[in-house]
Amino acid sequence: MTSRIGVVTYPGSLDDRDAARAIRAAGGDPIALWHGDADLPDVAAVILPGGFSYGDYLRCGAIARFAPIMEQIVARANDGMPVLGICNGFQILCESHLLPGALTRNDHLHFICRDQTVRIETTNTAWTADFSAGQEIVIPLKNGEGGYIADDATLNMLEAEGRVVATYVGTNPNGSRRAIAGITNARGNVVGLMPHPEHAIDALTGPTTDGLPFFTSVLTSLLASR
Amino acid sequence: MGLDTVSSATAHPESTQPFAELGLKPDEYQSIREILGRRPTSSELAMYSVMWSEHCSYKSSKVHLRQFGEKKPVEGWPQLLVGIGENAGVVDIGDGWAVTFKVESHNHPSYVEPYQGAATGIGGIVRDILSMGARPIAVMDPLRFGPADAPDTRRVLPGVISGIGGYGNCLGLPNIGGEVVFDATYLGNPLVNALCIGALRHDEIHLASAKGIGNLVVLYGARTGGDGIGGVSVLASETFSEGGPTKRPSVQVGDPFMEKLLIECTLEVLHAGLVEGIQDLGGAGISCATSELASNGEGGMHVWLDRVLLRDPTLSPEEILMSESQERMCAIVTPADLDAFMAICTKWEVEAVVIGEVNNSGRLTVEWHGEQIVDVPPRSVAHDGPVYSRPMQRPAYLDALQADVPDRLSRPATVEEVRSTLLTLIASPNLASKSWITDQYDRYVLGNTVLAQPEDSGMVRVDEVTGRGVAVSTDCNGRFAKLDPYNGAKLALAEAYRNVGVTGAVPLAVTNCLNFGSPEDPEVMWQFAEAARGLADGCLELNIPVTGGNVSFYNQTGTTAILPTPVVGVLGVIEDVAKRTSIAWSEGDVIFQLGETRDEFAGSEWAHVMHGHLGGLPPKVDLAAEIALASVCADGLGWFHAAHDISDGGLLVALAEMAMRSGVGAQLEPTGDLFVWSFSESTARAVVSVAADDAQRLTALCASQGVALQRLGVVAGDRLDLGGPIVTIAELRDAHEATIPALFG
Repeated sequence: MTSRIGVVTYPGSLDDRDAARAIRAAGGDPIALWHGDADLPDVAAVILPGGFSYGDYLRCGAIARFAPIMEQIVARANDGMPVLGICNGFQILCESHLLPGALTRNDHLHFICRDQTVRIETTNTAWTADFSAGQEIVIPLKNGEGGYIADDATLNMLEAEGRVVATYVGTNPNGSRRAIAGITNARGNVVGLMPHPEHAIDALTGPTTDGLPFFTSVLTSLLASR
Repeated sequence: MGLDTVSSATAHPESTQPFAELGLKPDEYQSIREILGRRPTSSELAMYSVMWSEHCSYKSSKVHLRQFGEKKPVEGWPQLLVGIGENAGVVDIGDGWAVTFKVESHNHPSYVEPYQGAATGIGGIVRDILSMGARPIAVMDPLRFGPADAPDTRRVLPGVISGIGGYGNCLGLPNIGGEVVFDATYLGNPLVNALCIGALRHDEIHLASAKGIGNLVVLYGARTGGDGIGGVSVLASETFSEGGPTKRPSVQVGDPFMEKLLIECTLEVLHAGLVEGIQDLGGAGISCATSELASNGEGGMHVWLDRVLLRDPTLSPEEILMSESQERMCAIVTPADLDAFMAICTKWEVEAVVIGEVNNSGRLTVEWHGEQIVDVPPRSVAHDGPVYSRPMQRPAYLDALQADVPDRLSRPATVEEVRSTLLTLIASPNLASKSWITDQYDRYVLGNTVLAQPEDSGMVRVDEVTGRGVAVSTDCNGRFAKLDPYNGAKLALAEAYRNVGVTGAVPLAVTNCLNFGSPEDPEVMWQFAEAARGLADGCLELNIPVTGGNVSFYNQTGTTAILPTPVVGVLGVIEDVAKRTSIAWSEGDVIFQLGETRDEFAGSEWAHVMHGHLGGLPPKVDLAAEIALASVCADGLGWFHAAHDISDGGLLVALAEMAMRSGVGAQLEPTGDLFVWSFSESTARAVVSVAADDAQRLTALCASQGVALQRLGVVAGDRLDLGGPIVTIAELRDAHEATIPALFG
């Protein structure tokens, strides 16, 4: 049971197969979850994948947060179940109030897809334990609305509490406040990340294999918490 | 005017009808009357007008396109599972896998409304691929624009790029390549072509035919609205919309989210075995889908048109028949499977409704609230449209153009001048880095992209277990085609073939998008005929079939036609994508040129950029040499460190691209005339780099295949050293990467 990690498919999810592939590459068992199901099956962690849920025609993630399956995911997350939201998944986590702040349109107003250097700022989360603090990695970034925004008090709090998970190195690709690429909740089990580690698990199809430790980390932390 | 039924058409045979406004010629209208033995109803007239349009019927090109099917080896094409004529051809790539691929144009809509025009171009080609039963796995976009610094290019290009990205990214298909080319002739008529690749198992192929008497015709996807009415012919005018909204846009509006749902829903009903026949709705909408399905199946179909779910309840039956609303599909389903089919549609929140039934009446009949408004032989609508052998004439300007050879142009004489010419060329819009554009496309989604821009081909993995995959490249040098359309088409084919070959993939099949001016201009028609003949001959020589494609005529502003632009896409198969060869070389490699360089500058980037000159005859075509080159590159799988085709800009540009891609420079040893060595665009050439230990092996391989080999130098340092003046990679990148963002950023 500790290796069963759910991946939610919403209408418009795109990187759900990639997330499942990454879980498999890390040694876990991906379990497909359907947005419309009210019951969460027996999973130890959940990934909300990238994509354009409901077309993102309203605010990104604003409709997906009301999907039937979200009620149990939010409840379990509040009980400590590891949840990783990637890109659209990050947006859904913010809309669900599992994470503070919001994601806004890139400051240059274009969708951007590129290999991005990010620095891992904390290893004290369920999803980053296998990194070393300050480690710089290269993983794909691809978003149109990836600018992280929150008020200064929240940003100060995130930094003071060590809840900034990753920051952009070099040019800030989307205008994120304080170059934030990912954050976590107070407990460290819920992580939202704008770049895509699931696209960097195999040098054949990604720029690096730097994304893999996100997925091994959760398996490690699940084993440790048994 | 009230509802025009079949009985009123019979009772009032002499009513005047707006056939000319709908784009039909008097003799075409007369043919319709002869087919029906009466005047058509207004609904029938609507159907014929869109289906007999140039876009749908290929009436001017058909007589020339036949050679793609006729010019073939005596034993046929063993790799071809489905040939020309279906929505897209299907090619066997081994291990029970097949791929389907096709390129289509969306030129005029993209000029009128760049974002939606380009977006719906992607949507349309994706549905074509889907309707063969394939999962779409990648897209590419061959694009042509006016001069990069023209004000209207600044209007059109950013919108087109956003539209391609906005639709394709939201659909979840990686964009793995394409072309962006600027030329003055495209100023009033940009070309926006879209290519899609799909993968399927051999037993998953589906065709557009309505088989099985009593089976049901299900229309599913988006609701039908008033957008794109007559998009394939002309805009419907007041005749069809008394009291209703008039002057609707002829450009459709895309909803990529609905298309994503449509893809998943369609694949699920196909895999569940619930579909007897399937057709996408694109140009000519319901008119096209019902007549083609009926024509290919039992021969008859009855449609209850009032059951179609509408976005706008005021639409008339004629408008519903002609609407080109996006994101719709039509499936033939047995009555027993209908509930299961509908359940899957409900799961994906896709609306579906039964609009008709298959029969063996030999007629396509349509009723509207109990009144018969269409009663036609479906074949006469779908397949037996008019066919024209339009007059052709070799252009009067051609002799003078071909005589104006580039020999008189001043050439760089010193090494320093070659260096500065290189920097000018790689900064020119056609050769400059297109990252600003391609970075707006998601190339990673689906997790199978192995090569994407700026590589020679896009390559995607099809089978995650075995690593089997496909490579695709699209190419066309319109300047070559202008100088000599026959050989220009062959050169486009040769370049695409070479771009696939250098990756180590084996070229298997061809698609094309033939973009030309008005077919009513005999000189344009001659260009078209020559290009089609050249492409068909070239495919036979290369032993790879054309599997389908598209013709786009009327690409001209006033009397100025675009450069003839026969865009050619070649698809190749590779057994294990992990072994592919990229353009990035490694420190310490020995660099070779494969193939022979001649003094060939007509139509070259050098003549275009440095002198604004176009004249002479394009480079020599040598398809046997192309086959040998590709064969050498296929044998190099696993031990070639890098390979890159030499084309636009010549050898020195290719070397600069390899240095920029890998971040490592080269110590070069130019031979012969430095200018010709640097910038000639002779074909059937590639740069290959191997480990020093493999140099002998490469020499032996090239000798066995009869491919000329010339040592160029070694990979080393942070610069290209020409044996004297140098250019650093930093200088190259500054020049290469600044141009497009400065113009459009």
